[in-house]
Amino acid sequence: MTTTHTQSLPPGPRRHRFRVSRRMLPYLLSLPALLTCIGILIPFLTAVAYSLQRYRLSQPWARQWNWGQNYLNFLSDPAFWNTLKVSVTYALVTVVVELLLGLGIALLLQRRSRLNNFVSIMLLMPLMTAPALAALMWKLMTNPGFGILSYLAGLIGLGDFRWASDPQTAMLTVVIVDVWVYTPFIMILLLAGLRSLPQQPFEAAALDGVPRLFVFWRITLPMLTPFLLTATLFRVIESIQQFDIIYAMTQGGPGDRLTVFQVEAYLNFFQSTNVGRSAALLMILWAITYALSNVFIKNWLRLRERSRGNA
Amino acid sequence: MHATPTIERILRGTAIALVCLFFMFPIAWIMLMSIQTNETILRVPPSVVFAPTFENYQALITGKLETAAGTLEINFMRNLWNSLLLSTSSVALGLVLGVPAAYAFARLKFRGSEDIAFTLLSFRFAPPLLVLLPLTIYFQQLGLANTYGGLIWVYQLIVLPLILWIVRGYFEDIPADIEYAYRIAGHGFWATFRRIALPLAGPGIAAAGLLAFIFAWNNFVFALVLASADKQPVTVGALAFVTASGIQYGQVAAGIVLSIAPTFALALYAQRYLVEGLSLGAVKG
Repeated sequence: MTTTHTQSLPPGPRRHRFRVSRRMLPYLLSLPALLTCIGILIPFLTAVAYSLQRYRLSQPWARQWNWGQNYLNFLSDPAFWNTLKVSVTYALVTVVVELLLGLGIALLLQRRSRLNNFVSIMLLMPLMTAPALAALMWKLMTNPGFGILSYLAGLIGLGDFRWASDPQTAMLTVVIVDVWVYTPFIMILLLAGLRSLPQQPFEAAALDGVPRLFVFWRITLPMLTPFLLTATLFRVIESIQQFDIIYAMTQGGPGDRLTVFQVEAYLNFFQSTNVGRSAALLMILWAITYALSNVFIKNWLRLRERSRGNA
Repeated sequence: MHATPTIERILRGTAIALVCLFFMFPIAWIMLMSIQTNETILRVPPSVVFAPTFENYQALITGKLETAAGTLEINFMRNLWNSLLLSTSSVALGLVLGVPAAYAFARLKFRGSEDIAFTLLSFRFAPPLLVLLPLTIYFQQLGLANTYGGLIWVYQLIVLPLILWIVRGYFEDIPADIEYAYRIAGHGFWATFRRIALPLAGPGIAAAGLLAFIFAWNNFVFALVLASADKQPVTVGALAFVTASGIQYGQVAAGIVLSIAPTFALALYAQRYLVEGLSLGAVKG
């Protein structure tokens, strides 16, 4: 049985007293989803408008359109460049580490055995922990007074290691929490990918005595590429928007060390009540994620078609 | 098949053990903290030798925290209840809205269907605060500020795309011929949807619902922005609890354990579907 993509049902006999016209039916079924779309697009458009206004909650009388001024201000605003730098650094470092670690673990657990299956299920637990709570767990473990990790850092001669409260190591600390939560995401996707690969090329290579490193670079990796791309793009998009972990851990501090886009926008809105700047920041973040998500969706669709084909 | 060399087996074993240590240790340590008194938590050097106590859990459940300074009221149970209420209701609403739409997208080609489906998907990747900040102002005007209804509606932002795209895949996997045959036999559209399509996609719908529940439960930013203390779920409540409880670290740890236990249990139960859910239906486990 081959399932072709979206087969339409031919009209069947009807016995209903009231008839919904065939042309209206799909719209009726998807109406709630459509309304939700509109319900979300309205605040989105409002945010676009805010980003083009001088708008501070503390000075509502001074609210007026200033068109691109919020964006132009960014050019000479060191805080903005800091936000951009911190966000991009965070996204790149977390995703690279998670990708390498996730791939390594997936390869380790690739063979189906009871132990490997058990380990791979256990490793999902960090991913199932709410990121905000995960940050809290690590906060307890890195507490300078009683945190086990502060104690261990002291044991290996790092004396007064202050983790997230030291500007030097704050980034490292939140990156570790992010790696702890999200590496299993990449691992589980790549593990499913590895286990779905056709076996013939590997059997042929084994028969010919091809070195395993060569097999990895020339067969495994190229065949795994769609999975790697999907997992990576997914994570980059999420990571550049990270809020929960950083906010729960340090609220963007110490100082402006971790004011990534969403944290900076949150602080701008609620602390300095500068709605215009906050919205403009989020629009720039949205532009970045929108561009990335277009590439992602193309890849994701290809993968989706493929796994539907295998089904 | 040739035997794996011993060295390689040792290396592999060590690597797996290190991986388990890194990913499991925090959970184990917090669990240990949750059954200790503050005195044993604050010991230097830390030790795993202590007399376990359940008084932290007891304090959370009864809502009374006995400290040297007196009795402190804690409302953590309220946060747990909020989490349960918000997640369950938003998943229920998401299923009611999403399943029929998923069926329409899978079976009935119509103008604009892909546009709507992809617009919904793209919400999954937009910065949540972009929608949330204007909503704080709208919610004030609409009287939805700090109501469960408003929050449940906003939760659709994460729940709906997930349900729609996973369930759509399950509907597409049902051969259209089965439904066609049933309709030839004289049954109407709704009967076919209810008696054939829904039961066949049942496991997928259940899986999507469970995953949506986990995502809703773990959400932080929606409630942080839109809810005040009495409506906050555990993710936001736990953070406030840390500040409020001062040095009651045992109770904080117990609160974390109670907050992550439900998602762990569901994940274990639904692990077969996790891959598919996490990839929004693109990869099958």
